[in-house]
Amino acid sequence: MMTVEEIKAAIEAALPDAGVEIVCNPSVSGQHSLRLAPAQAVAVAKFLRDDLLFDYLSNVTGVDWPDKEVAEKVRVTRPVTKTVDGVETTVEETVEETRKRVAPGCLEAVYHLYSVAQKQGPVVFRLKTVNRTDQVELPSLTPIWRSAEFQEREIFDLFGIVFTGHPDLRRLLMWDGFKDHPMRRDYVEPDDFEYEPTAHDQVLARALAHQAASRTAQEAAAPALGAGQEGTGASQ
Amino acid sequence: MVDEGLKIELGKQGVFVTTIEELYNWGRRSSIWPMQFGLACCAIEMIATTMARYDIARFGAEVFRPSPRQADMMIISGTVTKRMAPQVVRLYNQMAEPKYVIAMGACAISGGPFKQGYNVLKGIDRYIPVDVHIPGCPPRPEALLQAFMTLQKKIDGQHLTGEGRPRHLDAEAQGEFPVPVPGEHDLEPASNPGVWTAPVVIR
Ligand code: SF4
Repeated sequence: MMTVEEIKAAIEAALPDAGVEIVCNPSVSGQHSLRLAPAQAVAVAKFLRDDLLFDYLSNVTGVDWPDKEVAEKVRVTRPVTKTVDGVETTVEETVEETRKRVAPGCLEAVYHLYSVAQKQGPVVFRLKTVNRTDQVELPSLTPIWRSAEFQEREIFDLFGIVFTGHPDLRRLLMWDGFKDHPMRRDYVEPDDFEYEPTAHDQVLARALAHQAASRTAQEAAAPALGAGQEGTGASQ
Repeated sequence: MVDEGLKIELGKQGVFVTTIEELYNWGRRSSIWPMQFGLACCAIEMIATTMARYDIARFGAEVFRPSPRQADMMIISGTVTKRMAPQVVRLYNQMAEPKYVIAMGACAISGGPFKQGYNVLKGIDRYIPVDVHIPGCPPRPEALLQAFMTLQKKIDGQHLTGEGRPRHLDAEAQGEFPVPVPGEHDLEPASNPGVWTAPVVIR
Protein backbone atom coordinates (compact mmCIF):
# COMPACT_ATOMS: atom_id res chain seq x y z
CA MET A 1 0.00 0.00 0.00
CA MET A 2 1.48 3.29 -1.09
CA THR A 3 1.35 6.10 1.44
CA VAL A 4 0.17 9.55 0.45
CA GLU A 5 3.74 10.77 0.68
CA GLU A 6 4.86 8.17 -1.84
CA ILE A 7 1.99 9.02 -4.15
CA LYS A 8 2.76 12.71 -3.88
CA ALA A 9 6.41 12.01 -4.69
CA ALA A 10 5.43 9.85 -7.65
CA ILE A 11 3.09 12.53 -9.00
CA GLU A 12 5.70 15.23 -8.58
CA ALA A 13 8.32 13.15 -10.30
CA ALA A 14 6.08 12.71 -13.32
CA LEU A 15 4.39 16.11 -13.33
CA PRO A 16 6.72 18.64 -11.71
CA ASP A 17 4.19 21.49 -11.53
CA ALA A 18 1.28 19.38 -10.30
CA GLY A 19 0.78 21.40 -7.12
CA VAL A 20 -0.11 18.50 -4.85
CA GLU A 21 -0.52 19.09 -1.13
CA ILE A 22 -1.06 16.64 1.68
CA VAL A 23 -4.08 17.27 3.90
CA CYS A 24 -3.48 15.55 7.22
CA ASN A 25 -6.25 13.77 9.00
CA PRO A 26 -5.47 14.01 12.71
CA SER A 27 -7.90 11.28 13.73
CA VAL A 28 -6.89 7.76 14.76
CA SER A 29 -7.59 6.38 11.31
CA GLY A 30 -5.03 8.81 9.94
CA GLN A 31 -6.50 8.70 6.47
CA HIS A 32 -4.55 11.54 4.96
CA SER A 33 -5.58 12.91 1.63
CA LEU A 34 -4.12 14.87 -1.25
CA ARG A 35 -5.27 18.21 -2.46
CA LEU A 36 -4.81 18.73 -6.18
CA ALA A 37 -4.69 22.04 -7.98
CA PRO A 38 -7.83 22.16 -10.17
CA ALA A 39 -5.85 23.28 -13.23
CA GLN A 40 -3.68 20.15 -13.20
CA ALA A 41 -6.32 17.79 -11.82
CA VAL A 42 -7.11 16.05 -15.09
CA ALA A 43 -3.45 15.38 -15.87
CA VAL A 44 -2.82 14.10 -12.35
CA ALA A 45 -5.95 11.92 -12.48
CA LYS A 46 -4.79 10.44 -15.76
CA PHE A 47 -1.40 9.69 -14.20
CA LEU A 48 -3.08 8.09 -11.18
CA ARG A 49 -5.18 5.90 -13.44
CA ASP A 50 -2.64 4.93 -16.07
CA ASP A 51 0.66 4.84 -14.21
CA LEU A 52 -0.28 4.13 -10.60
CA LEU A 53 -3.13 1.86 -11.79
CA PHE A 54 -5.89 3.37 -9.65
CA ASP A 55 -8.50 1.96 -11.95
CA TYR A 56 -11.56 2.18 -9.74
CA LEU A 57 -13.20 5.39 -8.55
CA SER A 58 -15.57 4.26 -5.83
CA ASN A 59 -16.98 7.46 -4.49
CA VAL A 60 -17.19 11.17 -5.15
CA THR A 61 -18.70 13.47 -2.61
CA GLY A 62 -18.87 17.14 -1.76
CA VAL A 63 -18.12 19.27 1.27
CA ASP A 64 -19.36 22.75 1.95
CA TRP A 65 -17.06 25.04 3.90
CA PRO A 66 -19.10 28.12 4.72
CA ASP A 67 -17.61 31.57 5.28
CA LYS A 68 -16.17 31.60 8.75
CA GLU A 69 -15.52 34.49 11.07
CA VAL A 70 -12.11 34.13 12.64
CA ALA A 71 -10.81 36.25 15.47
CA GLU A 72 -7.09 36.75 15.49
CA LYS A 73 -4.74 38.76 17.63
CA VAL A 74 -2.54 41.20 15.75
CA ARG A 75 0.08 43.64 16.99
CA VAL A 76 -0.42 47.08 15.54
CA THR A 77 1.68 50.17 15.90
CA ARG A 78 -0.26 53.37 15.90
CA PRO A 79 0.26 56.97 17.01
CA VAL A 80 -1.22 57.75 20.42
CA THR A 81 -1.60 61.33 21.67
CA LYS A 82 -0.51 61.80 25.27
CA THR A 83 -0.27 64.77 27.51
CA VAL A 84 2.97 64.74 29.42
CA ASP A 85 3.60 67.70 31.81
CA GLY A 86 0.99 69.80 30.02
CA VAL A 87 2.63 69.28 26.62
CA GLU A 88 0.86 67.22 23.97
CA THR A 89 3.11 64.73 22.31
CA THR A 90 2.42 61.98 19.85
CA VAL A 91 4.19 58.70 20.43
CA GLU A 92 4.13 55.47 18.51
CA GLU A 93 2.88 52.60 20.59
CA THR A 94 2.50 48.93 19.85
CA VAL A 95 -0.72 47.39 21.13
CA GLU A 96 -2.35 44.04 20.71
CA GLU A 97 -5.72 44.05 19.03
CA THR A 98 -8.26 41.36 18.33
CA ARG A 99 -9.48 41.64 14.81
CA LYS A 100 -12.27 39.73 13.24
CA ARG A 101 -12.08 38.79 9.65
CA VAL A 102 -14.19 36.59 7.47
CA ALA A 103 -12.31 33.65 6.10
CA PRO A 104 -13.96 33.00 2.74
CA GLY A 105 -15.56 29.62 2.35
CA CYS A 106 -15.26 27.19 -0.50
CA LEU A 107 -16.72 24.01 -1.88
CA GLU A 108 -14.78 20.82 -2.10
CA ALA A 109 -15.14 17.64 -4.12
CA VAL A 110 -13.61 14.51 -2.58
CA TYR A 111 -12.69 11.46 -4.66
CA HIS A 112 -11.96 7.98 -3.34
CA LEU A 113 -9.83 5.73 -5.50
CA TYR A 114 -8.98 2.06 -5.33
CA SER A 115 -6.70 -0.05 -7.39
CA VAL A 116 -8.20 -3.38 -8.27
CA ALA A 117 -5.11 -4.30 -10.26
CA GLN A 118 -2.77 -3.74 -7.33
CA LYS A 119 -5.25 -4.51 -4.56
CA GLN A 120 -4.76 -1.24 -2.75
CA GLY A 121 -6.63 1.81 -1.67
CA PRO A 122 -8.35 3.93 -0.81
CA VAL A 123 -6.53 7.02 -1.93
CA VAL A 124 -8.46 10.18 -1.16
CA PHE A 125 -7.94 13.37 -3.07
CA ARG A 126 -9.74 16.65 -2.99
CA LEU A 127 -10.37 19.58 -5.28
CA LYS A 128 -11.31 22.96 -3.94
CA THR A 129 -13.22 25.80 -5.59
CA VAL A 130 -12.17 29.41 -5.22
CA ASN A 131 -15.31 30.44 -3.36
CA ARG A 132 -18.91 29.39 -2.83
CA THR A 133 -20.66 31.94 -4.99
CA ASP A 134 -19.39 32.67 -8.47
CA GLN A 135 -16.15 30.75 -8.94
CA VAL A 136 -17.41 27.26 -8.37
CA GLU A 137 -15.95 25.50 -11.40
CA LEU A 138 -13.86 22.36 -11.09
CA PRO A 139 -12.65 20.11 -13.87
CA SER A 140 -14.79 17.03 -14.32
CA LEU A 141 -13.02 13.70 -13.92
CA THR A 142 -15.76 11.79 -15.72
CA PRO A 143 -13.58 11.52 -18.85
CA ILE A 144 -10.99 9.68 -16.69
CA TRP A 145 -13.28 7.53 -14.57
CA ARG A 146 -16.72 6.99 -16.03
CA SER A 147 -18.15 6.14 -12.62
CA ALA A 148 -17.87 9.79 -11.62
CA GLU A 149 -20.68 10.78 -13.95
CA PHE A 150 -23.73 10.47 -11.71
CA GLN A 151 -21.87 11.39 -8.57
CA GLU A 152 -20.60 14.63 -10.08
CA ARG A 153 -24.12 15.35 -11.22
CA GLU A 154 -25.33 14.79 -7.69
CA ILE A 155 -22.69 17.18 -6.33
CA PHE A 156 -23.67 19.73 -8.95
CA ASP A 157 -27.28 19.33 -7.82
CA LEU A 158 -26.80 19.37 -4.07
CA PHE A 159 -23.71 21.57 -3.63
CA GLY A 160 -23.62 23.64 -6.78
CA ILE A 161 -20.13 22.79 -8.00
CA VAL A 162 -19.99 23.19 -11.76
CA PHE A 163 -17.89 20.45 -13.34
CA THR A 164 -16.46 21.71 -16.57
CA GLY A 165 -16.00 19.03 -19.17
CA HIS A 166 -18.76 16.84 -17.78
CA PRO A 167 -20.64 15.20 -20.66
CA ASP A 168 -24.13 15.65 -19.22
CA LEU A 169 -24.27 18.05 -16.31
CA ARG A 170 -27.89 18.21 -15.17
CA ARG A 171 -29.52 18.05 -11.77
CA LEU A 172 -29.94 14.51 -10.53
CA LEU A 173 -32.31 14.46 -7.55
CA MET A 174 -34.06 17.80 -7.80
CA TRP A 175 -35.83 19.19 -10.84
CA ASP A 176 -34.32 21.53 -13.38
CA GLY A 177 -36.14 24.68 -12.27
CA PHE A 178 -34.99 24.22 -8.68
CA LYS A 179 -32.84 27.12 -7.49
CA ASP A 180 -31.21 25.98 -4.23
CA HIS A 181 -28.48 23.54 -3.30
CA PRO A 182 -29.92 21.52 -0.44
CA MET A 183 -26.70 20.12 0.98
CA ARG A 184 -25.13 23.53 1.51
CA ARG A 185 -25.09 24.52 5.12
CA ASP A 186 -26.94 27.75 4.55
CA TYR A 187 -29.83 26.06 2.74
CA VAL A 188 -33.21 27.18 4.05
CA GLU A 189 -35.93 24.60 3.55
CA PRO A 190 -39.37 25.74 2.49
CA ASP A 191 -41.43 26.67 5.52
CA ASP A 192 -43.52 23.55 5.85
CA PHE A 193 -43.67 23.05 9.56
CA GLU A 194 -47.36 23.46 10.26
CA TYR A 195 -47.76 19.78 10.93
CA GLU A 196 -44.98 18.03 12.79
CA PRO A 197 -46.52 15.44 15.08
CA THR A 198 -43.33 14.43 16.83
CA ALA A 199 -41.27 17.56 16.47
CA HIS A 200 -38.28 18.11 18.69
CA ASP A 201 -35.24 20.37 18.93
CA GLN A 202 -34.74 22.56 15.88
CA VAL A 203 -37.80 21.22 14.13
CA LEU A 204 -39.95 21.98 17.15
CA ALA A 205 -38.58 25.52 17.27
CA ARG A 206 -39.40 26.02 13.61
CA ALA A 207 -42.84 24.44 13.95
CA LEU A 208 -43.68 26.76 16.87
CA ALA A 209 -42.36 29.77 14.95
CA HIS A 210 -44.45 28.76 11.95
CA GLN A 211 -47.58 28.34 14.05
CA ALA A 212 -47.07 31.67 15.79
CA ALA A 213 -46.58 33.40 12.44
CA SER A 214 -49.65 31.83 10.86
CA ARG A 215 -51.69 32.73 13.95
CA THR A 216 -50.66 36.37 13.72
CA ALA A 217 -51.47 36.33 10.02
CA GLN A 218 -54.89 34.85 10.74
CA GLU A 219 -55.63 37.37 13.45
CA ALA A 220 -54.56 40.23 11.23
CA ALA A 221 -56.82 38.92 8.45
CA ALA A 222 -59.87 38.43 10.69
CA PRO A 223 -59.53 40.44 13.89
CA ALA A 224 -63.21 40.15 14.81
CA LEU A 225 -63.24 36.38 15.29
CA GLY A 226 -65.07 35.03 18.29
CA ALA A 227 -63.58 33.98 21.60
CA GLY A 228 -63.86 30.29 20.69
CA GLN A 229 -61.55 30.81 17.76
CA GLU A 230 -58.98 32.46 19.99
CA GLY A 231 -59.26 29.53 22.39
CA THR A 232 -58.29 27.03 19.74
CA GLY A 233 -55.60 29.37 18.51
CA ALA A 234 -53.98 29.47 21.92
CA SER A 235 -53.93 25.72 22.26
CA GLN A 236 -52.06 25.14 19.03
CA MET B 1 -84.52 -3.16 3.16
CA VAL B 2 -84.98 -6.87 3.60
CA ASP B 3 -84.65 -8.22 7.12
CA GLU B 4 -81.39 -10.20 7.53
CA GLY B 5 -83.09 -13.19 9.17
CA LEU B 6 -85.74 -13.35 6.49
CA LYS B 7 -83.07 -13.19 3.83
CA ILE B 8 -81.26 -16.19 5.33
CA GLU B 9 -84.56 -18.08 5.60
CA LEU B 10 -85.36 -17.34 1.97
CA GLY B 11 -81.82 -18.35 1.01
CA LYS B 12 -82.41 -21.75 2.55
CA GLN B 13 -85.44 -22.10 0.31
CA GLY B 14 -83.37 -21.26 -2.73
CA VAL B 15 -84.63 -17.70 -3.09
CA PHE B 16 -82.04 -14.99 -3.46
CA VAL B 17 -83.08 -11.55 -2.33
CA THR B 18 -80.92 -8.50 -2.64
CA THR B 19 -81.03 -4.80 -3.35
CA ILE B 20 -79.48 -2.98 -6.26
CA GLU B 21 -77.22 -1.16 -3.82
CA GLU B 22 -75.92 -4.35 -2.27
CA LEU B 23 -75.36 -5.99 -5.64
CA TYR B 24 -73.65 -2.88 -6.99
CA ASN B 25 -71.36 -2.53 -3.98
CA TRP B 26 -70.60 -6.26 -4.01
CA GLY B 27 -69.52 -5.93 -7.60
CA ARG B 28 -67.41 -2.88 -6.89
CA ARG B 29 -65.63 -4.30 -3.89
CA SER B 30 -64.95 -7.75 -5.29
CA SER B 31 -62.79 -6.79 -8.21
CA ILE B 32 -60.66 -3.85 -7.27
CA TRP B 33 -57.80 -3.96 -9.68
CA PRO B 34 -54.71 -2.19 -8.42
CA MET B 35 -52.44 -0.15 -10.60
CA GLN B 36 -49.07 -1.69 -11.22
CA PHE B 37 -46.55 0.66 -9.80
CA GLY B 38 -44.32 0.75 -6.78
CA LEU B 39 -42.31 3.63 -5.44
CA ALA B 40 -39.82 2.27 -2.92
CA CYS B 41 -39.12 -0.51 -0.45
CA CYS B 42 -42.80 -0.84 0.53
CA ALA B 43 -43.45 -2.04 -3.01
CA ILE B 44 -41.56 -5.24 -2.16
CA GLU B 45 -44.14 -6.00 0.53
CA MET B 46 -46.88 -5.18 -1.92
CA ILE B 47 -45.39 -7.67 -4.37
CA ALA B 48 -45.19 -10.27 -1.60
CA THR B 49 -48.87 -9.66 -0.92
CA THR B 50 -49.74 -10.53 -4.47
CA MET B 51 -47.84 -13.81 -4.45
CA ALA B 52 -49.06 -17.22 -3.39
CA ARG B 53 -48.23 -16.99 0.29
CA TYR B 54 -50.49 -14.00 1.03
CA ASP B 55 -52.53 -14.27 -2.15
CA ILE B 56 -54.41 -11.06 -2.69
CA ALA B 57 -56.41 -12.96 -5.32
CA ARG B 58 -58.69 -14.03 -2.49
CA PHE B 59 -60.04 -10.48 -2.58
CA GLY B 60 -60.34 -10.24 -6.34
CA ALA B 61 -57.46 -7.82 -6.58
CA GLU B 62 -54.73 -9.88 -8.16
CA VAL B 63 -54.98 -8.25 -11.57
CA PHE B 64 -52.39 -5.50 -11.50
CA ARG B 65 -53.02 -3.22 -14.46
CA PRO B 66 -50.15 -1.39 -16.08
CA SER B 67 -52.45 1.35 -17.33
CA PRO B 68 -54.26 3.83 -15.09
CA ARG B 69 -57.27 3.64 -17.41
CA GLN B 70 -57.92 0.04 -16.39
CA ALA B 71 -57.09 0.34 -12.70
CA ASP B 72 -59.51 0.92 -9.84
CA MET B 73 -57.07 1.43 -7.05
CA MET B 74 -53.71 3.00 -6.51
CA ILE B 75 -51.48 1.58 -3.81
CA ILE B 76 -48.99 4.32 -2.99
CA SER B 77 -46.34 1.87 -1.91
CA GLY B 78 -43.35 3.87 -0.82
CA THR B 79 -41.61 7.20 -0.71
CA VAL B 80 -43.15 9.92 -2.84
CA THR B 81 -40.36 12.29 -3.79
CA LYS B 82 -41.21 15.80 -4.77
CA ARG B 83 -40.15 14.97 -8.29
CA MET B 84 -42.50 11.99 -8.39
CA ALA B 85 -45.51 13.67 -6.77
CA PRO B 86 -46.80 15.45 -9.90
CA GLN B 87 -46.64 12.15 -11.79
CA VAL B 88 -48.57 10.34 -9.06
CA VAL B 89 -51.30 12.97 -9.10
CA ARG B 90 -51.39 12.85 -12.89
CA LEU B 91 -51.76 9.07 -12.90
CA TYR B 92 -54.52 9.36 -10.32
CA ASN B 93 -56.31 11.86 -12.53
CA GLN B 94 -56.08 9.45 -15.44
CA MET B 95 -57.77 6.64 -13.55
CA ALA B 96 -61.45 6.16 -14.26
CA GLU B 97 -64.00 6.51 -11.47
CA PRO B 98 -64.67 4.80 -9.14
CA LYS B 99 -61.10 4.97 -7.86
CA TYR B 100 -59.54 4.39 -4.50
CA VAL B 101 -56.20 5.07 -2.88
CA ILE B 102 -54.35 3.12 -0.22
CA ALA B 103 -51.35 4.97 1.20
CA MET B 104 -49.02 2.22 2.26
CA GLY B 105 -46.26 2.81 4.77
CA ALA B 106 -44.82 5.65 6.79
CA CYS B 107 -43.43 7.38 3.71
CA ALA B 108 -46.65 7.50 1.77
CA ILE B 109 -48.69 8.74 4.72
CA SER B 110 -46.28 11.31 6.12
CA GLY B 111 -42.84 11.25 4.55
CA GLY B 112 -41.73 8.67 7.10
CA PRO B 113 -38.03 8.49 7.86
CA PHE B 114 -37.43 11.14 5.22
CA LYS B 115 -40.01 13.61 6.53
CA GLN B 116 -37.48 16.38 7.02
CA GLY B 117 -35.73 15.63 3.74
CA TYR B 118 -35.53 18.34 1.14
CA ASN B 119 -36.79 16.10 -1.63
CA VAL B 120 -39.59 14.07 -0.07
CA LEU B 121 -43.27 14.89 0.01
CA LYS B 122 -44.73 14.77 3.51
CA GLY B 123 -47.58 12.46 2.65
CA ILE B 124 -49.47 11.93 -0.59
CA ASP B 125 -52.74 12.94 1.12
CA ARG B 126 -51.63 16.52 0.57
CA TYR B 127 -52.68 16.21 -3.06
CA ILE B 128 -55.12 13.34 -3.51
CA PRO B 129 -57.81 11.88 -1.26
CA VAL B 130 -56.61 8.73 0.49
CA ASP B 131 -59.11 6.05 1.54
CA VAL B 132 -56.93 3.96 3.82
CA HIS B 133 -53.66 4.87 5.52
CA ILE B 134 -51.41 2.03 6.68
CA PRO B 135 -48.61 2.84 9.10
CA GLY B 136 -45.45 0.76 9.23
CA CYS B 137 -42.01 0.79 7.71
CA PRO B 138 -42.76 -1.32 5.79
CA PRO B 139 -46.21 -2.59 6.73
CA ARG B 140 -46.41 -6.37 6.64
CA PRO B 141 -48.45 -7.97 3.87
CA GLU B 142 -51.11 -8.75 6.46
CA ALA B 143 -51.44 -5.02 7.07
CA LEU B 144 -52.00 -4.44 3.37
CA LEU B 145 -54.66 -7.15 3.36
CA GLN B 146 -56.22 -5.50 6.40
CA ALA B 147 -56.25 -2.19 4.53
CA PHE B 148 -57.87 -3.96 1.64
CA MET B 149 -60.61 -5.35 3.86
CA THR B 150 -61.11 -1.91 5.39
CA LEU B 151 -61.55 -0.48 1.91
CA GLN B 152 -64.04 -3.21 1.04
CA LYS B 153 -66.02 -2.46 4.19
CA LYS B 154 -66.00 1.19 3.28
CA ILE B 155 -67.34 0.42 -0.19
CA ASP B 156 -69.96 -1.91 1.24
CA GLY B 157 -71.22 0.78 3.58
CA GLN B 158 -71.68 3.41 0.89
CA HIS B 159 -75.17 4.43 -0.21
CA LEU B 160 -75.72 5.13 -3.85
CA THR B 161 -77.87 8.18 -3.29
CA GLY B 162 -77.95 11.06 -0.90
CA GLU B 163 -75.19 12.63 1.16
CA GLY B 164 -71.86 10.85 1.16
CA ARG B 165 -72.51 8.85 -1.99
CA PRO B 166 -69.48 7.72 -3.98
CA ARG B 167 -67.82 10.42 -6.01
CA HIS B 168 -68.63 8.89 -9.39
CA LEU B 169 -72.35 9.09 -8.65
CA ASP B 170 -72.16 12.73 -7.64
CA ALA B 171 -72.23 15.06 -10.62
CA GLU B 172 -70.92 17.92 -8.50
CA ALA B 173 -67.96 16.03 -7.10
CA GLN B 174 -64.48 16.80 -8.21
CA GLY B 175 -62.80 13.97 -10.09
CA GLU B 176 -59.62 15.69 -11.17
CA PHE B 177 -57.11 17.12 -8.81
CA PRO B 178 -54.68 19.95 -9.58
CA VAL B 179 -51.23 18.65 -10.45
CA PRO B 180 -48.54 20.48 -8.47
CA VAL B 181 -45.79 22.18 -10.45
CA PRO B 182 -42.15 22.04 -9.44
CA GLY B 183 -41.27 25.56 -8.41
CA GLU B 184 -38.03 27.31 -7.58
CA HIS B 185 -37.89 26.10 -3.99
CA ASP B 186 -40.72 23.60 -3.53
CA LEU B 187 -43.75 22.13 -5.22
CA GLU B 188 -46.37 24.76 -5.89
CA PRO B 189 -48.78 24.67 -4.21
CA ALA B 190 -47.32 22.80 -1.23
CA SER B 191 -50.67 21.10 -0.67
CA ASN B 192 -54.14 21.06 -2.16
CA PRO B 193 -56.34 22.88 0.37
CA GLY B 194 -59.44 21.18 -1.03
CA VAL B 195 -58.07 17.81 0.02
CA TRP B 196 -55.85 18.45 2.99
CA THR B 197 -55.62 20.96 5.77
CA ALA B 198 -52.91 20.92 8.39
CA PRO B 199 -54.17 19.11 11.46
CA VAL B 200 -54.25 21.15 14.64
CA VAL B 201 -51.50 19.89 16.89
CA ILE B 202 -52.23 20.37 20.57
CA ARG B 203 -49.08 20.82 22.60
S1 SF4 C 1 -42.20 3.35 4.81
FE1 SF4 C 1 -40.21 2.37 5.15
S2 SF4 C 1 -40.30 0.53 3.88
FE2 SF4 C 1 -41.91 1.87 3.15
S3 SF4 C 1 -41.02 3.07 1.50
FE3 SF4 C 1 -40.75 4.24 3.37
S4 SF4 C 1 -38.72 3.68 4.12
FE4 SF4 C 1 -39.35 2.12 2.64
